[in-house]
Amino acid sequence: MSISKIWVLAETADSKPTSITLELLTFARGLNATVEAIGWGEGAESAAAEIGNFGATAFNVVTDVNDSLPGVPVAGAIANAVSSGNGPDLLLIGATYDGRDIAARLSAKLNLPVLTNVTGLEQSGEGIIAHHSIFGGTQIAKTKFTTDSTPQIFVVRAKTFTAEAAGGAAATVNTLTAGDLGAVNAAKIVSRHVEERSGPKLDEADVVVSGGRGLSDKANYSLIEELAKLLKGAPGASRAIVDAGWVPYSYQVGQTGKTVKPTVYLACGISGATQHLVGMKNAKNIIAINKDPEAPIFSVADLGIVGDAQKVLPKLIEELKARA
Amino acid sequence: MNVVICVKQIPDPAAPGELDPNTNNLKRDSKLIMDDSDSYGVEMGLQLAESSGGGEVTLVSMAPNSETSGLRTALAMGAGKALLISDEALAGSDALSTAKVLAATIKKAQPDLIIAATESSDGYTGTTPVQLAEILGLPAVTFAKKISVEGSSIKVERQTEAGYDEVSCPLPAVVTVTAGVVEPRYPNFKGIMAAKSKPVEEFKVSDLGLSADEVGNTGARQVVFEVIAAEARQAGEKIVDEGEAHKDIISFLEKLKLI
Ligand SMILES: Cc1cc2nc3c(=O)[nH]c(=O)nc-3n(C[C@H](O)[C@H](O)[C@H](O)COP(=O)(O)OP(=O)(O)OC[C@H]3O[C@@H](n4cnc5c(N)ncnc54)[C@H](O)[C@@H]3O)c2cc1C
Repeated sequence: MSISKIWVLAETADSKPTSITLELLTFARGLNATVEAIGWGEGAESAAAEIGNFGATAFNVVTDVNDSLPGVPVAGAIANAVSSGNGPDLLLIGATYDGRDIAARLSAKLNLPVLTNVTGLEQSGEGIIAHHSIFGGTQIAKTKFTTDSTPQIFVVRAKTFTAEAAGGAAATVNTLTAGDLGAVNAAKIVSRHVEERSGPKLDEADVVVSGGRGLSDKANYSLIEELAKLLKGAPGASRAIVDAGWVPYSYQVGQTGKTVKPTVYLACGISGATQHLVGMKNAKNIIAINKDPEAPIFSVADLGIVGDAQKVLPKLIEELKARA
Repeated sequence: MNVVICVKQIPDPAAPGELDPNTNNLKRDSKLIMDDSDSYGVEMGLQLAESSGGGEVTLVSMAPNSETSGLRTALAMGAGKALLISDEALAGSDALSTAKVLAATIKKAQPDLIIAATESSDGYTGTTPVQLAEILGLPAVTFAKKISVEGSSIKVERQTEAGYDEVSCPLPAVVTVTAGVVEPRYPNFKGIMAAKSKPVEEFKVSDLGLSADEVGNTGARQVVFEVIAAEARQAGEKIVDEGEAHKDIISFLEKLKLI
């Protein structure tokens, strides 16, 4: 099947396109098709310049999402475009909270399959092939759709592609509407709560310092935060300490958390379970501190320290402070 | 309030997974257990039914070979009964087909609230709950951290990139529960004994008004056509800390020009 029009879901935060949006746009513009973005929300238009800079010619903005959870109205507006013959052949969506809602709604609404957890995409003679990292990243499953129905919907994990600006002009803003969708659209946002976090975002930071159960105690997580701050990085966590309530879920790295690809990832007191490795093993450099010389984390570490994180971290912090 | 909880029965994640070399489907012929990711939804569903003055808690599961061992775990935790869909025609179903099967089954229970996990631990597709909401014509609130019932609607704290949103939604609705947000109860001896005699009603695809070609390998419109080994990362230097290992980290960071 031939692809002539691609839509990339453009999510914005503080009126700027998110990094996954830019990653997907970068991939899409290499496919020899018209690339457009689809987004929503008040002030979304202010992202049009950046979206154009990364290769989209148009930015389709759904204007009637209001206080709804975006999944239903954004899927509704895309479905409207599809039924009027203006839809895309290929729809690329980031594996985010709202992205996953939109993909699932749209799939059921249009009775189309969807491929999720995508960690690579390639174009072949028979269409788009998706890669999925399975069994803790030890194997790659290649999948494709067996139907020619469009749009083909792929939900792609963060950091699958590297974002690079193309230098295009600002995208032309078009407006779309979802219309009245009835009962399915009844979930409404009453208020938003922002958990305070200083420093760079976990999935955008150049340095990520993560802690796990080997820190023994919630209070020791302050070592992770302090080290992250000294290295201008972001603190992260294994699921074990998220489940234990030491840090919020937004700190979690791994299969069911964030995918990170920093210049250096420091894993402190983390065993290196396959579900954790999936989220960080593509970091350019990995340093691990673990007291168990057999810990699986060492199999991916460029520098492995067999030792007590509670002893190594304070010394490291002290030394960095002395240099500052 | 009647609650339906979707429960997936999966191969033990502690045992290494395996694909069938002929179909590239995940092998599911060993003993199956309740997906750990569902234990949070089961706990949440039981708590909500209790706090809203009782009501039925019904499990819904699609599984091969009339498998019930995972369902028995959730019944032992306190659910009242289970609806099981088991049919050879379902082998190889994709997420959307699974959602169609679950939706048709859930209709029979006429629930006020449908709970599922955000994704399963074996497939990770993560679309089924919202797909079944759409098929049932219901709103959905995904990635819930907290749920409370207020009359005929629910208030949900939904995970976001920045923190959480407070979401209000009328019932009936579908909610997906983020793993780790509640402490699932351990079934006690009484619960385990009681679970053995709790009803598990079994259905075939034909009982659901679905046609066999909408589900299973024939209904799936996506295929795993190849599985290859991923590029392995090489382990580097390993140093045993004798009090000075922080210096090795410092020089590693210096080489990367990060300090
Ligand atoms: C479906 C599913 C999804 C999952 N998703 C994720 C995910 O997204 N992210 C994730 O992280 N996990 C995930 N997990 C959980 C994962 O399997 C592991 O349980 C988890 O990563 C373990 O966290 P941990 O390494 O902190 O704890 P542990 O495995 O308990 O490891 C602690 C480590 O600390 C070391 N240690 C102890 N004391 C010290 C010390 N003083 N100094 C140095 N080291 C010390 C120990 O040697 C050990 O290696 C998932 C699991 C499932 C089933």
